[in-house]
Amino acid sequence: MGENIVGDKPETQMKPLGDSGILVQFGTEISPDVHEEIKAFTDCIEANSFPGFIECVPAFTSVTIFYSPLLVFQMYKGQGKPEDLSPYSIVQSILQERLKSLHTSKRREKRVVDIPVCYGGELGPDLEAVAKYHQLTPAEVIDIHSQAEYLVYMIGFAPGFPYLGGMSEQIATPRHSSPRLSIPAGSVGIAGMQTGVYPISTPGGWQIIGRTPINLFYPDKNPPTLLTSGDIVRFKPISIEEYKEYKETVL
Amino acid sequence: MSLRVERPGMLTSLQDLGRYGYQKYGVVVSGAMDSVALRIANLLVGNKENEAGLEMTLMGGSFLVEEDLLIAVTGGDLAPVIEEESIPLWRPVWIKKGSLLRFRASRSGCRTYMAVAGGFDVQEVLGSKSTYLRGELGGLKGRALSAGDKLTCGGAAHRFQHLKSSAGAISFAATAWHVNPEPFINLKETVIRVIRGGEFDYFTESSRDRFFKEDFRITPNSDRMGYRMEGTPLEMTDSFELLSEPVTNGTIQVPKDGNPIILLADRQTTGGYPKIAQVATVDLPLLAQKKPGEIVRFKEISLAEAEQLYLRQELQLEKLKAGLSLKVDETA
Repeated sequence: MGENIVGDKPETQMKPLGDSGILVQFGTEISPDVHEEIKAFTDCIEANSFPGFIECVPAFTSVTIFYSPLLVFQMYKGQGKPEDLSPYSIVQSILQERLKSLHTSKRREKRVVDIPVCYGGELGPDLEAVAKYHQLTPAEVIDIHSQAEYLVYMIGFAPGFPYLGGMSEQIATPRHSSPRLSIPAGSVGIAGMQTGVYPISTPGGWQIIGRTPINLFYPDKNPPTLLTSGDIVRFKPISIEEYKEYKETVL
Repeated sequence: MSLRVERPGMLTSLQDLGRYGYQKYGVVVSGAMDSVALRIANLLVGNKENEAGLEMTLMGGSFLVEEDLLIAVTGGDLAPVIEEESIPLWRPVWIKKGSLLRFRASRSGCRTYMAVAGGFDVQEVLGSKSTYLRGELGGLKGRALSAGDKLTCGGAAHRFQHLKSSAGAISFAATAWHVNPEPFINLKETVIRVIRGGEFDYFTESSRDRFFKEDFRITPNSDRMGYRMEGTPLEMTDSFELLSEPVTNGTIQVPKDGNPIILLADRQTTGGYPKIAQVATVDLPLLAQKKPGEIVRFKEISLAEAEQLYLRQELQLEKLKAGLSLKVDETA
């Protein structure tokens, strides 16, 4: 139990992303089950790639595989008439083979990453407004936000920016109608049903409820980000003193 | 060997063929907008194709050549000169130390590439020397060049030593032969070939029709991240929310205002707007050489055609590479 074979599912579809990419769609709704299939497929391709493979980019309901059409063509050209050989078709049949034998396991060990957050005050200027919006106290918003476990569905938008699932509807809050010009790196925010952390300073319309002292993006390391697709994130409330102490030890 | 930047030009940055392998971490690919021009420039000076070169935009910079240097300039023509003497494009050029190499306003195209023998000596970040300007990553301190910067070039030019002797007392010498760029690019062409995008069918019939029949203008609000196009706004059959998914070089997405955006080298890794089309890889260099204000038209081709065009171009580049390696050897 807890296992299923993905290749038999009719929902799995493939379509081209230009002439050097292929998108494999595992469903149409965001769900932890679809995510597990994407995770298993990504791991399978990365562990045992094919000639011409460049990289996999997992998303909410799909994973895109980028490849070099030239290398794919050169590897397989002896096997048919050149005009019949479309690099896309070759990659598609390789991926279909992989899908047939793909298993997902509900028991996958997930990496849990604790992110310390100093909520409210100067570092979380919108905490009060978010609380007021839901007729909660700021402390209740902090509790709700920090007691959940969040699944990293994908990384995108900016280096190391996690798209997280699992936030309580009780604190879902619309974005600001006009975005702030600059939100500092480390800011923790809410936008609609989403919560997230800004790895680098950028303009944005999110409701900022706190800030983490830790880095989410470090380009001189590999992997270059704190989080990766498939991780579990927990936010741990810390005081402003702890925040400052943390900052000093990091620097 | 080094180059000193006297004037940086409008936007000059170090670019190689891009930072691949880290898109799943949200790391932007970047790299040369006209990758074919950069590859040929590198081949001309005996470098690996994916070495970093300088990408200059519309108005080029001025560089003091502090050591003898072998260079090649390709792509758009930003009218390079040394002491009013034109530097020819698409061939190896030997330059004597102390010369001032000046690029000027564009005569044709938008972006020029300059490769130096041995490449530019900067630290790779995540396997690439490309500059991602918005993220302040890679290249020279993550930014565009500015006056006073010093670029260290990789190594002495062993190739084309005969150019040095033929230069004699004058400051530069170029080969009589050059690479013909015509098989790769025709800057006068205004038709960009595309294949249908993932959400093509979600657009209204008249929008789909117009997309291939009407002109689109590249607006001034266009850069390495993407070209914002202007035409009759395109409409969806009904409102449509797409979950974020990966995009790529040449993805044409249409936000709510109906004006297409063509994503280019510095695009984000994922996007949530419907994708009406995708530029064929072979036409990305042509697009990169179009300037803001210019008009293009989109022409639909099949995926199979785009693949065949791409393979043909790569075979042509292979042939060029083989031919150049002979030239490089016979004069070494």
